[in-house]
Amino acid sequence: MSIISRWWKRNKVALLFLSPWLLGLLTLSLIPMMVSLYLSFTNYNLFQSPDWVGMTNYINLFTNDTRYAKALEVTFIYVFVGVPLQLTLALALAMFLNRGLAGLELFRGIFYIPSLLGPSVAIALLWRKVFGSDGLFNQLVAPFGIEPRSWIGDPDTSLLTLILLHVWQFGSPMVIFLAGLRQIPKDYYEAASIDGAGRISSFFRITIPMLTPIIFFNLVMQIINAFQAFTSAFIVGGNGGVLDSTLFYTLYLFIAGFNNFQMGYASAMAWILLLIIGFFTALFFLSSKKWVHYEN
Amino acid sequence: MHAKKGGWIPYTKLAVAVIGSYVMLYPLLWMLSASFKPKSEIFRDAGLLPKTVTLENYINGWQGIGGISFGHFFANSFFLVILAIIGNILTCSMAAYAFARLDFSMKKTFFGIMLASLMLPHHVTLIPQYVFFFQLKWIDTYLPLLVPKFLAAEAFFIFLMVQFIRGLPYELDQAATVDGCGPIQTYTRIIFPLLLPALVTTAIFTFIWTWNDFFSQLIYISNPQKLTVTLALRSFLDSMGDSSWGYLFAMSVLSLLPIFLFFVFSQRLLIEGISTTGLKG
Repeated sequence: MSIISRWWKRNKVALLFLSPWLLGLLTLSLIPMMVSLYLSFTNYNLFQSPDWVGMTNYINLFTNDTRYAKALEVTFIYVFVGVPLQLTLALALAMFLNRGLAGLELFRGIFYIPSLLGPSVAIALLWRKVFGSDGLFNQLVAPFGIEPRSWIGDPDTSLLTLILLHVWQFGSPMVIFLAGLRQIPKDYYEAASIDGAGRISSFFRITIPMLTPIIFFNLVMQIINAFQAFTSAFIVGGNGGVLDSTLFYTLYLFIAGFNNFQMGYASAMAWILLLIIGFFTALFFLSSKKWVHYEN
Repeated sequence: MHAKKGGWIPYTKLAVAVIGSYVMLYPLLWMLSASFKPKSEIFRDAGLLPKTVTLENYINGWQGIGGISFGHFFANSFFLVILAIIGNILTCSMAAYAFARLDFSMKKTFFGIMLASLMLPHHVTLIPQYVFFFQLKWIDTYLPLLVPKFLAAEAFFIFLMVQFIRGLPYELDQAATVDGCGPIQTYTRIIFPLLLPALVTTAIFTFIWTWNDFFSQLIYISNPQKLTVTLALRSFLDSMGDSSWGYLFAMSVLSLLPIFLFFVFSQRLLIEGISTTGLKG
């Protein structure tokens, strides 16, 4: 039997089952990735054929485009302020819910609702109104002597409102933390308490080390997601907000690609985003050997 | 082990949890309440109970945009979501079966590629996909939104189902083989029916993500007849400006209702899905 027919005999059934996925992998992921890499070195407006310009798009992004610099700044602040805040809150509430509370399932459900509904356009619309000049937030803080203003219209606070929206959705990492807390054997705490460890030292010596795989997982996934945030900025701030104070990376990519039809330029931005996300993911994976503790 | 019986700690914790829930849900409850308030009251009153309850926001909001009612947009969204669920369930379970039970060349490599694709930001494929669909004249149709679901593009679900199938006893497959089932019958008669819990989880998450999805709908759909609920809300905002927030809130509440109902009736499955696979919520 020839090699090909043996190969075919072994793989034909699997190929049948994998064929939709393989076709998708090829046409929706692998080929588009290569094409977008190619397009990133061209000028392309969708209607005329791509025009090779070498590194020009990349050079322009980093030397000639203040909006791009602003988008990077805004996105980095959003990711590296929003994600740690969100995960800290998620962990704190998971700890709080984990022990000695009646109605755990009910409260877990309630805290989870915002992360379920939060990514929608409806909630972004609500946020736009709550933090607007005649919005709910002004009415709530008025008793504390805070002057009413548009928190979205002010470039100093507009990004904060979006970070708050992100933090508000701490429910899904909280649920994952809760599942992790459940898996820490109770004897560990009992043994520690016999040895005279207090609550605080149990937290740092048992809870945190045992949770590191989950902290790691949540951190990586949330950072990847936060870099790609779009809907909230698009609905709340429009095309970047006041002074581009809410110009998220993906929002600027959208404006370049689909408003200005600079598809080559937008492709270059997409590849830089891939590299940024890849860089941080790799950093976390490499550092994980030092701080992530795996039980055998 | 916990606080002493009759101690005050459980009550304090309960009180903190109740206050915390109230703060978390306040914006949502306020929107719900505002949707029943007359225009004059919405922005003057931060309270949750409307002084006068009116349905005018719902009645007028339902009229929609340019003579197309929200009923039409809801029908569009449901159409999209149902087909997306069918696509994901069929093609992801097929791929998962191959990864979990069949032997083939370079299996580990392909499994690795599948896992890596979970982390791939979709922007890096976005523009070529758009160009490709543009050349196929698929812009302003639902095909760019649906065809990927029939090509198992949401690898999260493949992963979820692989984990599930690996938990099923292998003796079942062997018994089926003894009874004369080939791999295809083993899939259709044994694995697929037993996969039901994972399929339900897939259906729930597909529903929520497709319903909430905004970016892809925004770039592919612009014909008013074809708008989905999320797109219609956004057009609503653009066309009415800031004058008719009551209508907008009413329609926003309706747009969140299907997801909320799904949550109420399948909370346990949903939470289990997140806990075991870390699906983003």
